[in-house]
Amino acid sequence: MTRYLGQGNVAIDEEAGRFRVARKAFTSNEILDWEHNEIFDKCWLYLGHSSEIDEPGTYVSREIAGRELIFNRDVNGQVHAFFNACPHRGAKICAEKSGQGRNFFCLYHGWMFETDGKFKRLPHHSGYPEGFSDDGSVNLAAVPRLQEYRGFWFICFDKDAIDLNSYLGGAMEYLDCAADQAEKIEVISGTQEYGISANWKLLCENTIDGYHADNLHATYFDFARNVASAASGGAPVPRLRLEGRSRDLGNGHGVVEFSAPWGRAAGKWSPAWGEDTRAEVEANYTSLVERVGEEKAHRIANLNRNIVIFPNLMLVDAAGLVIRTIQPGEPGKMHVSTWAVGAAGEPYWLRQLRMKNFLTFLGPGGLATPDDIEALERCQQGFSNSREAGWNDISKGDLNADDLPMEDEGQIRAFWREWAARLDGSADQSDVEKSKVVRR
Amino acid sequence: MLVRFYQGDTEMEHLPVTRSQVEDFLFEEAALLDDWKLKEWFALFAAECRYLVPSASLKVGASPDESLFYIADDGQMLEERVKRLYKNNAYAEVPHSKTRHLVTNVRLAPGVNDDEVTAHCCFATHRSRSGEQQTFVGKSTYRLALGPTGLLIREKRCELDTDDLHQLGRISIIL
Repeated sequence: MTRYLGQGNVAIDEEAGRFRVARKAFTSNEILDWEHNEIFDKCWLYLGHSSEIDEPGTYVSREIAGRELIFNRDVNGQVHAFFNACPHRGAKICAEKSGQGRNFFCLYHGWMFETDGKFKRLPHHSGYPEGFSDDGSVNLAAVPRLQEYRGFWFICFDKDAIDLNSYLGGAMEYLDCAADQAEKIEVISGTQEYGISANWKLLCENTIDGYHADNLHATYFDFARNVASAASGGAPVPRLRLEGRSRDLGNGHGVVEFSAPWGRAAGKWSPAWGEDTRAEVEANYTSLVERVGEEKAHRIANLNRNIVIFPNLMLVDAAGLVIRTIQPGEPGKMHVSTWAVGAAGEPYWLRQLRMKNFLTFLGPGGLATPDDIEALERCQQGFSNSREAGWNDISKGDLNADDLPMEDEGQIRAFWREWAARLDGSADQSDVEKSKVVRR
Repeated sequence: MLVRFYQGDTEMEHLPVTRSQVEDFLFEEAALLDDWKLKEWFALFAAECRYLVPSASLKVGASPDESLFYIADDGQMLEERVKRLYKNNAYAEVPHSKTRHLVTNVRLAPGVNDDEVTAHCCFATHRSRSGEQQTFVGKSTYRLALGPTGLLIREKRCELDTDDLHQLGRISIIL
């Protein structure tokens, strides 16, 4: 028997082992409105990394879930998230993507605010009642919820949402795997911001889809083999293989964790980096063991992880470490932002290598991401047939397992189960383990 | 201002190539790209070379070794990029985009090294594919080596004028 969840958009037939998603979930304006109301207005959303606002008085401006926001550190070192709008008439206050200063200033009438959002002064104050600013109504409006987990700052527009740690649940240990890679990690200057003419959920699926790489990225694997062969003096090199597991982490979060032949700055040296770099990478590993112990260090240094934190944060922790967020536009458009992350104070050669590794695969000019973009756009084009050819299949792997080979699709089903529960108003995140059981 | 302009011009008289020679070279480069003769295009590069497209909002002169670019190819990577674009499973460019590379406002300046010259120009590269049209606009800076057989590109740095790639999407063609 088929059960329909997510306003009829997710069809699960346990006996037949089929899990399907309606293609109109990617094309309907009505569903996008639902998503805004039930997902983006209620879930914890990634805002930025603490290293982006290291200095007192610095800010970055971000567009998140259709809002214009300011993420800043005040002159006393406290972190805030404000709506980027003057309390007076609503003009956007920060037009630059980043900056530093002792005040926020509105261009329209000249109202001024402290970096902690408090109203400071306005020109020509005659005509305003006594104590006009005392009740806080002319301070910069703060986003209802703001919380940090290990340098990753999240916001939530729902003041009654559960706390961030409960929300992250099983995803926390994967954020740890990123944060523990060095004494301090930092976002590197430069942001890749690009558009894809496809629904936002397609990139969530794609980021943790361990099934597509062999086919879609065959030219990338050719490239990797050519480079490895050149590094070993032209000797033939076997085709690159990724092996690993995919996991449902609860609350819609999912991951693929896998081994790959490339080196990792956290402590897996690669011959392709040259013998002279070996001691330094091994020292990184020793220091990693001191910080987190042997078992975890081995996992952090040797395994790669692609994670989706529901709904729109991705960490690609592979040859480099990458933060990626998606903002939905129309049903068939999304905006993607990507940042590279490195170890603060790492040696020049390692930073150089990190940037090089990032760009070979990832981004709008990489040798692999453009093919992902093409695939997602072709999906969106194919969805124009959704009235007559209406369903995507996501059945690969045991529907009831939460730990499967990485080529299976359990981690993608985890995303859709949460999506469906959110749309139906039945999401239960009070206990990750319990909510997993309830949803089956 | 005029005086400074003429000073600059005087200096240029000592450059070993003329602007029109460099323009001929750049127009030929554009034609090879538009005809998808990418192997011939790659042959215009010196063995040690770079093809760079910085990401928006980076400071002028930012280094790809320390900042996130869109593209920062060295010779090996560029050769691999070209090889890939000939394959029928490089899906981002299968079928190939139609492109038209317009190159204009060419100015010469002394090179970083004695055996080269710097060329600044403006570009507008049109891309058309699957019913979509885009125009990449920006300035490019070339480091051109003066070899025995003519000019060779040591570095091509294309700085886009856009704040982001929300409209342009991917850079799967060569700018």
